[in-house]
Amino acid sequence: MQIKYFSWMRERLGKSEETLTLPGSVKTIAAVLDHLATLDATYAEVFENRTMVKTALNQTHAAHEQLVSDHDELAIFPPVTGG
Amino acid sequence: MISISVQADDFDLGAEVRALKQNHQDVGAIVSFTGTVRDLKGDLETLELEHYPGMTEAELKRIGEEAASRWPIKAGKVIHRYGALGPGDNIVLVITMSAHRAAAFKAAEFLMDYLKTQAPFWKKEITREGTAWVGASEKDDTAADRWHR
Repeated sequence: MQIKYFSWMRERLGKSEETLTLPGSVKTIAAVLDHLATLDATYAEVFENRTMVKTALNQTHAAHEQLVSDHDELAIFPPVTGG
Repeated sequence: MISISVQADDFDLGAEVRALKQNHQDVGAIVSFTGTVRDLKGDLETLELEHYPGMTEAELKRIGEEAASRWPIKAGKVIHRYGALGPGDNIVLVITMSAHRAAAFKAAEFLMDYLKTQAPFWKKEITREGTAWVGASEKDDTAADRWHR
């Protein structure tokens, strides 16, 4: 799966995107966040407050309970501040 | 049909209205909103607007379709800029046109309230003192909530 990061999350993680092969047990967006948090402490820090972690799947806003698959594009970002 | 543009370039309200008016004799009301870069403390150097290419256009299009389905809008446009902007610069333009004013006012307000909570843009302020990402406002969530059906 392709994962994109924006705003201060992108800065803190030091990358704007990456490709991840999902372990079979990872079925939801929440599970992806949990999985990333186990890979590195920085992910754990950035994703600590889940209410402030907004996500989009294939360029549509998506709740953390949504199911994911390997060919999806997941975007992870703080609450938007446009307009 | 509300057209959308996500662009780095500045826009001109008069030119946009003139272009939209061209094919619409049936329009009796034109409402516009312009959002600009605010510099409350007088120390802002740059406002950087980051966005999610692909999703910004898709989201604004979706919001435009929602507005057009709720109110009798004959034509409209939403322009949102990205990139490095200075104090006073234009950020966002919303224009709505309808036969009568109620629909044009409501649709314009709806478009702005939804855009503020849904469109994937993030603002970063660069001032003399340093750099900080702007935090989302609860007021915007409350404003968007009142439009839920």
